[in-house]
Amino acid sequence: MGKAWEIVVGLETHTQLSTRSKIFSGASTAFGAAPNTQASAVDLALPGVLPVLNHAAVEKAIRFGLAVGATLNPRSIFARKNYFYPDLPKGYQISQYEIPIVQGGAVTIQVGEHTKTVRLTRAHLEEDAGKSLHEDFHGMTGIDLNRAGTPLLEIVSEPDLRSAEEAVAYAKTLHGLVRWIDICDGNMQEGSFRCDANVSVRPQGSAQLGTRCEIKNLNSFRFLERAIEYEARRQIDVLEDGGRIVQQTRLYDPDRDETRPMRSKEDAQDYRYFPDPDLLPLVLDSAWIAHIQASLPELPQARRERYVRDLGLPSYDAAVLTADRETSSYFEDLVRALPGHAKLCSNWVMGELSARLNREERAIAQSPVTSAQLAVLLRRIADGTLSGNLAKEVFDAMWAGQGDPDQIIAARGLKQISDSGELEKLVEAVIAANPAQVEEYRAGKEKAFNFLVGQAMKASKGKANPAQVSQILRAKVSG
Amino acid sequence: MHLESLAGLGRALAARQVSAVELARLYLARVERHRDLNAFLDVRPEVTLAQAQQADQRIARGEAGPLTGVPVAHKDIFVTRDFSSTAASRMLQGYMSPFDATVVERLAAAGMVSLGKLNCDEFAMGSSNENSYFGNVLNPWDKTAVPGGSSGGSAAAVAARLTPAATGTDTGGSIREPAAFSGVTGIKPTYGRASRWGMIAFASSLDQAGILTGSAQDAALVFNAMLGFDPKDSTSLECAPEDFTRRLAVSLDGLRIGVPKEFFGTGLMADVEQPIRAALRELQQLGARLVDVSLPNARLGIPVYYVIASAECSSNLSRFDGVRYGHRAEQYDDLIDMMSRSRAEGFGAEVRRRILVGTYVLSHGYYDAYYLKAQQVRALIAKDFQQAFSACDVIAGPVAPSVAFDLGEKAADPVQMYLSDLYTIPGSLAGLPSMSIPCGFGAKGRPVGLQLVADHLQEARLLGVAHRFQLATDWHQRVPPGFQ
Repeated sequence: MGKAWEIVVGLETHTQLSTRSKIFSGASTAFGAAPNTQASAVDLALPGVLPVLNHAAVEKAIRFGLAVGATLNPRSIFARKNYFYPDLPKGYQISQYEIPIVQGGAVTIQVGEHTKTVRLTRAHLEEDAGKSLHEDFHGMTGIDLNRAGTPLLEIVSEPDLRSAEEAVAYAKTLHGLVRWIDICDGNMQEGSFRCDANVSVRPQGSAQLGTRCEIKNLNSFRFLERAIEYEARRQIDVLEDGGRIVQQTRLYDPDRDETRPMRSKEDAQDYRYFPDPDLLPLVLDSAWIAHIQASLPELPQARRERYVRDLGLPSYDAAVLTADRETSSYFEDLVRALPGHAKLCSNWVMGELSARLNREERAIAQSPVTSAQLAVLLRRIADGTLSGNLAKEVFDAMWAGQGDPDQIIAARGLKQISDSGELEKLVEAVIAANPAQVEEYRAGKEKAFNFLVGQAMKASKGKANPAQVSQILRAKVSG
Repeated sequence: MHLESLAGLGRALAARQVSAVELARLYLARVERHRDLNAFLDVRPEVTLAQAQQADQRIARGEAGPLTGVPVAHKDIFVTRDFSSTAASRMLQGYMSPFDATVVERLAAAGMVSLGKLNCDEFAMGSSNENSYFGNVLNPWDKTAVPGGSSGGSAAAVAARLTPAATGTDTGGSIREPAAFSGVTGIKPTYGRASRWGMIAFASSLDQAGILTGSAQDAALVFNAMLGFDPKDSTSLECAPEDFTRRLAVSLDGLRIGVPKEFFGTGLMADVEQPIRAALRELQQLGARLVDVSLPNARLGIPVYYVIASAECSSNLSRFDGVRYGHRAEQYDDLIDMMSRSRAEGFGAEVRRRILVGTYVLSHGYYDAYYLKAQQVRALIAKDFQQAFSACDVIAGPVAPSVAFDLGEKAADPVQMYLSDLYTIPGSLAGLPSMSIPCGFGAKGRPVGLQLVADHLQEARLLGVAHRFQLATDWHQRVPPGFQ
C-alpha cells in the first residue's frame, strides 16, 4: 500500500439562463430549431452590428447571487475573450473577466449523513458559442449558430470538494438550486447545465494543492463522477510511479471510461482579454436588487433547516425533500394536510412515491397520485384505519387509477381490525392452535412471539392492527 | 444648382423650382463626369432615382422636411441595403448588408436621396485614402495631392460638388483631416451622439459618425436629422433631441477662444500657421477673445491612440475569418489555414499592421504596460481638455501640421503618415465634438483647415462659431478649378 492521497476538486458550471432571447440580441433561444434559423445579424457577427445586453439575463444572475449569499458587484465589466474558431462568429466571446457580477457565496451540500459548505469563487455572465457539425458534410464542417449568444452563467467553485461523490452532490445541489430559483431549465441532455472539473491530488494532510487537470464538458452526473474517479486514479498512479502531473485540459470519453489530453498549458491560448468597448459597465441598481430579493421563493437551504428545526426531520430527509422544488412543494402540501405527521409524509415521499416515480421515469408533477390523494391515504394510517402494508396495497390501487383511498379501502374490505373484542378472539384462537410456540415463548424465545403475531396477522388477512395484536398477545401468554 | 448650399437646395425643392429627380440626375451626371477622382465606389442610378421619386411624392403630399429630396452620399464604412458595403477592403468586395446603418436610415427617413457609396481608407485606417483596396482618391484642388483620409472620398466628393453632403466617420481625425485637405466643412459630434449601429467598426471607443458639407449651417441641418439616441448602440447617449441650428445667429461677442500652445510648436508648417493665425484674428474681429491654454499631455496622443485603436481593431476585425461572408481563400489545408489565408489575402498592409500591433499590446504580459497605460494617459488627456474648458468656450488651432501632401509621398512611412493626425487625435481620445472649416490656402494652393473643439455636447455652440466665421469669410465657398 502506498501513502494515502486526498482528491481535490473544483467545478466550473455553465448554466444556460432560461431567457426567451439571447444575451446580446433579440433572437430566440429555443432549443432544436433548424440550423441557423435562430441566428440574427448580431449572432452572425455581420459587419456593423452591436451587442445590447438582455436585462432578463442579468436578473437571473442577480437571483443566483442572492440565493447563494454572494456579493453582487455594483459595477461589473464585460470583456472580450479573443480566439479564432469557426463557430465563434465575432472571433471573440463576450464574457466577464476581472470584475464578474457575482463574487463569493456558498452552497451547502449533503453527502450521506454529513453536510458541507462549498465556497464559490464567482459567477459571471457570458455568451455561448455556436456548434461545429463535422458529420454529414462530406469532409467539410457545417456551422450552426442557433446557440451562439445564448446566455450562460458560469459558476466557479473553490477547490473545496474532496471526492467524486462530493463533486456530484455539489453539482446536484447546484442543479436543484438553479431550477428552484427559476434561472435554468436544468436540461442536461440539451446542454443547459454542464460542468468542467478541475482535479488534483495531494498526499493526505498536505496543505499545498497539487497540479491540476481540467476535464471539459461533463454533461451528466454519472460522467462527472466517473471522470473524476478515473482522473484522480490516473494522477495517483503517475505520482506513485514517481512521475509528475502536467497541467492540461482533458476530455472524458464515456465509451472508454477514461480521460484523454486535449491541450497542455504550454499551448494554452492567450485570450487577450480587454474590456468590451461596445458595452458600458454593468451597473446594478440597489432598488432592482431589493425587488428581485423580494421575489425569491424560500430557498432550499432555508427550507432544509426549517424541516429539521420545525418538523423534526433528519437532515438526510430534509436534503432529499429539498433537492428540487417540485418534490418539496409536493411534500409541503402533504405535510400541511397532515400536521404533526412530517416523518410519515417524508417516509412516503422518499419511499413508496419516489420508488414508483423512478421505476416509471415520471416527474413528481406527473404523479398519478396527487399530494391531496396521498394525504387522505396517510391520514388513514395515522388514525389506525390502515396498516402500513395495507396502505401500500391501497397506494398501488390509487396509482392504477382505481379511485380515492376510502373507496378502495371499502371496496376491498381492507379496513384494519382495531376492535379489541374481535382481536382478542383472534389471538385466543392462535394461542389454542400453537401450544408448542407458546411454550417456547414462555421459555424465553422471543422469536416464537413474532411467529405468533405473524399467525394472528395471517388469520386476519393482514387487517389486524399489529400493535394491538402484540399487546393483547403479550398480555395473554405472559399471564 | 450644384453650387447652392444644402439649405438652398431644400428651399428650391420645397418651392418646386427643381424636383428631387432632377437634382439626383444633375448630381449623378457630375459623379459620372468626375469619375477620375475615384471618390465613389458604388453608384446605382436606379436606386438613387427611385429614392428621388419617393422624395418628390413626399414633397407633393406636403410632407417634406428641410432635407427631403436633398442628395447625400455615404462613406463605405456605413452598411447599406441598396449599395454594396465594403469598407474599401478586398475582404468585403461585393458584400451586401441585410440592413441599413442607423445614420443611413435616419437620413433616408428625413427624405435625403443617396447617390451611392464613397471611397475611404480600408476599414477607415489611414490619413490619405491611399489604403483603399479600390485605389486612391484624388484631391479636387490638386490631382497630384491626397484628399486626406480616411474619409477621403467624402471630402473629395463634397469639394468637387459631386454631392452637397457626405457622411464620414472619425476615429482619430478621419473627418477633420480630409475636410481640411480638401477645403470643406467637416464635423464629428461628441462620442455617443451618432449611432454606431451599422458602422463597420474600427476602434469602438473612438469611432464616431459625422458629416462633411459646404458649410457649418448645412452641417447643422443634417445633424438635426442624423444624431440622437439609438437603443441598438449601448454607447449611444440618451439626450433630449435638440436643434443644432439654434446658435447659428449668436454673436461671438465675449466668446473665449482657447489657443493651445502645444498646437503651434515645431512641426507646424509655416504655410499652415499663417492662415490659422489669420483666422484667429478674424474671430477676434468678430468679438471673440483669445485665451492661451495648455494641453500638456496632447503630445502623447499619437502613441496612446495607436495602442488603443489598434487593440480594439485587432478584436473588431476578427469576425472577418472567411467562414460566414467576405473573402475566402481558394486554397487551404484546414480550418485554421483557411482563416489565416483568407485574412492575409483579404486585408491590406496597413490593416494587417494594426491588427498585429493590437494583438501584441493585448498579449499576456504586455497588457498593463501598453493598453492599460494608454487608457490612463487617455484619461489625462481628457482632463487637460476639461482644465482648458474652465478658461475658454471653444478651442481653436490647426487641423493638421501641413497641407495635403503628394500622392505617394508618405505612403511608405507609416509614422510620418500618423503624424498628420497629431492635432486631431487628442479631441478624439477625449470624445469631444470637433470640426474643420476652410480658412485659407497654403503651399501649392492647397487648402488649410481651422480646427474648432468644444466641450461635450456643445455641437450647437461649435456650429455657431463656425457659422459666424463663414458669414464673414468666403473660404468655404471657394470651388476647385474645373468643378464650378
